[in-house]
Amino acid sequence: MLDGRSAIKRKLPTRLVLSATWLTLLTLAAVFAPLIAPKDPLAQDLFLGQLPPFWVQGHEPGYLLGTDSLGRDVLSRILYGARLALTVALTAGTITCIIGATMGLLAGFLRGWVDILISRAIDIWMAFPPVLFSILLIAVLGPSLTSIIIAIVVIDWTRFARVIRAEAMTQGAMDYVASAQVAGRTRLSTMITEILPNVLPTIVVLLTLEMGISIIVEAILSFVNLSISTDDPTWGGMIAEGRASIHQAWWVLVFPLITLFLTVLSFSQLGEGLKDRFDPVLR
Amino acid sequence: MQFLQSVLLRLCTTLITLAGVAVIVFFVIRVVPGNPIAMMLPPGATEADVARLTALYGLDKSIPQQFLIWVSGVLQGDFGTSITTKQPVLQLVLSRLPATLELSVMALIIAVILGGFMALTGTRLRGSKTEAAIDVGNGMALSVPDFLWGLILILTFGVLIPIFHISGRVTPSLPLPFTTNFYLTESVLRLRFDLWLDIAAHMFMPALALAIPLAAIIGQLLKQSLKETMHLDYVTLARTKGYSETHVILREALPNAILPTLTLVGVQFTFLIGGTVIIERLFSYEGLGNMAIDAVINRDLPLIQGIVILFAVIFTGVNLLVDLTYAALNPRLRHA
Amino acid sequence: MSFLSIRNLSARLKGRPDQILRRVSLEVAAGEVRGLVGESGAGKSMIGKAILGTLPQSVEITGGQIILDGTDLLSLPTAQRRTLIGAKCALIPQDPLTALNPSRRIGPQITNRLVDILHWTRADAEKRARDLLAEVQIPDPERVMRSYPHELSGGMRQRILIASAFAAEPKLIIADEPTTALDVTVQKQILKLIAAMQARHGTALLFVTHDLGVVSKVCQSLSVLYAGYVLEDSTIPDFFHTPKHPYSRALLAATPKYTDPDGSLTPVSDAVIAATRAEVEAADRSAHV
Ligand SMILES: Nc1ncnc2c1ncn2[C@@H]1O[C@H](COP(=O)(O)OP(=O)(O)O)[C@@H](O)[C@H]1O
Ligand SMILES: [Mg+2]
Repeated sequence: MLDGRSAIKRKLPTRLVLSATWLTLLTLAAVFAPLIAPKDPLAQDLFLGQLPPFWVQGHEPGYLLGTDSLGRDVLSRILYGARLALTVALTAGTITCIIGATMGLLAGFLRGWVDILISRAIDIWMAFPPVLFSILLIAVLGPSLTSIIIAIVVIDWTRFARVIRAEAMTQGAMDYVASAQVAGRTRLSTMITEILPNVLPTIVVLLTLEMGISIIVEAILSFVNLSISTDDPTWGGMIAEGRASIHQAWWVLVFPLITLFLTVLSFSQLGEGLKDRFDPVLR
Repeated sequence: MQFLQSVLLRLCTTLITLAGVAVIVFFVIRVVPGNPIAMMLPPGATEADVARLTALYGLDKSIPQQFLIWVSGVLQGDFGTSITTKQPVLQLVLSRLPATLELSVMALIIAVILGGFMALTGTRLRGSKTEAAIDVGNGMALSVPDFLWGLILILTFGVLIPIFHISGRVTPSLPLPFTTNFYLTESVLRLRFDLWLDIAAHMFMPALALAIPLAAIIGQLLKQSLKETMHLDYVTLARTKGYSETHVILREALPNAILPTLTLVGVQFTFLIGGTVIIERLFSYEGLGNMAIDAVINRDLPLIQGIVILFAVIFTGVNLLVDLTYAALNPRLRHA
Repeated sequence: MSFLSIRNLSARLKGRPDQILRRVSLEVAAGEVRGLVGESGAGKSMIGKAILGTLPQSVEITGGQIILDGTDLLSLPTAQRRTLIGAKCALIPQDPLTALNPSRRIGPQITNRLVDILHWTRADAEKRARDLLAEVQIPDPERVMRSYPHELSGGMRQRILIASAFAAEPKLIIADEPTTALDVTVQKQILKLIAAMQARHGTALLFVTHDLGVVSKVCQSLSVLYAGYVLEDSTIPDFFHTPKHPYSRALLAATPKYTDPDGSLTPVSDAVIAATRAEVEAADRSAHV
């Protein structure tokens, strides 16, 4: 297990610092979007369509990162888009984590028919193309924030279940678990008090990774025009528009893409960095 | 005998998985709101027209009844008729399958070459700056999914330095002499290298986008595996025999280090195939995935079903194949 | 001039002061069998690895020379050095279970270097392998050459590794505790086999072991190593009759006499160990002045 004191003494890895900084900035931007966004993200002005960013000839003051084909301010839309992205990351990530980890713990620790059932379900899930499955679910549920979250949970719970199941199995085979059993504890209480704390580091790492994945799924759904309503600013929606007008206005694609890239990279680097710190043997 | 038994067992679980997929997809899409029949008819169609078409597609029966009809059809190779194009689903799906298969295999080849190169270079140059750079690059490539790599490739090699095509499968104005839809393969067999070049230039960007994350996984895993193998006694012994370090890595360590990577590549390859859905959309590549998204948007139920089942068959098939290859390659298992 | 001559070889863990080898000097004449004895962790294997160029990356050589047949190995670029070692030396490793490539048949593991590096024809190399396997008393060499390592016992594998070591007629063989990992019942046979092979081929042998009884049977001379430092260097008769160093005397007293297996044993006393350690450290200091 992690020795708290020695972990703090070690120098914080650069990637942890960088990714945490970016995610903090992004969270602040999302929370205070109404205060800091220079324009109304929904305001269209066809006379100001496809304005380039501030350092390019032909830009218009006030539109720092330019405008899209409908004359909407790219920067303001990115800032508002962060709200949806982070909401999805937090809620979908957490719910997926809770459901998936519970399934994994139950299967890995209780074994028997519970394990058979859950493992079979995982096998079946693994045979679905995930992107297509999520698109299908959104089509069924109708485009909305809740649908996106449900789709992510339904598709990605196996990500947690598979890993946690394997870990719970290893932990369950260890001596301390047997002695807890001998001491007359119920299996459920052994699972929660003995197994859960030991797989918690893995759960935290997976959760961080899942948040990045959720953001990508949301972007993909917006990209195929199946996310929330088409007017609300989403990174995926902006990317779809940018892809369509790529030869006329590259900035409509580039800026949301950079934001999305950095965010996903940060979540994943945060996860990897945490993994290293939880696992002293690796470093 | 044991080997044969485990193969049979794997076949059984595969069938159960496929049946599960069929049941789930069938019932999920029956809940799809929006009447696909109404969408097909021109405005002003009568109630009777709707009823007639609904009956034609069997949508007036109860859902379990529809399922039985569908299953008995599937068992005879009949996956129903597409609502939008009115062609048999099987024929539609099979016409697009080659495009997706060629794309996936191309991506796999690129991933293996890139990942293998990274792992071997990193191992050969242990402890150098190059190794550190490879590790950082792998970490990045792994963190960012194919969808974003696709967009980045579109920007860099489609717009900034426009050297590759970023849309479609082949230049539309070219006359195609092909009898199958395996364009890339057939162009080679017909020695039409002009066509091959055009098709490959279309395929390269989406294939690379799919390949980058997998290449990183292969690179990391193989390198780790090589690192462990390089410490083993037989590798040390080979060094004392006068072989060069490169030879030692390639001939002594690699064959043993490759096995654990292989199983993982199998699972990861199915993820890659799953990724074709969005990558084909992104690059307007006329494959199965692109067709699937259209089918969802058009509520083409029989077609969606057919495509999902086909994907599931491919996924489970790949996993089965990998398991068998693993068993065949490992002399210890083979002789067990 | 000796075939192998190590002069003042020092090595340590990279970036740390821990000395693993302290100015080790050691000679092996052509055709000679030299024992290298010392307790576990004394640095015996490190000397072998330093000669063969297979030191772990964490260990660095800080000084000295390893002169093989007139060439200082440490001054050669890696590739050249490997070629030279491959041509003149061979290793009989400690653990036969891990020293054969599990995914390759036995035959190629013996013949490959003959074909790849010495450019023999495959037929010649295979004939050579068959002859050698017969020489190390392996029944049915044809079948064994087609086998995978996991199909063979530890004793068989060690015989194969011995055969393989002699395949290219090296001038020097380093045997690193070649019997330690084996069953007691086969240890003696393997020992006899190595001695017989050495005698027949006239190869010089650096025999690493912690067992003085074995040294007395196989070797002509020996070096006693303690904490990476050579305490004593003598011929076998001299060593067993008049050991010079107190540590050597204590070591002899702690070894079951091969002439008298029931002889009483006294473990090396703490006082002797402390004195020896002090001597090594004093020598270290004087070398640094
Ligand atoms: N891979 C390694 N890295 C660092 N130190 C090592 C390594 N292997 C051995 N050592 C150290 O080097 C010293 C000599 O080891 P070795 O030569 O293997 O002893 P032995 O005489 O038993 O063969 C020991 O103190 C050991 O701790
Ligand atoms: Mg040793």
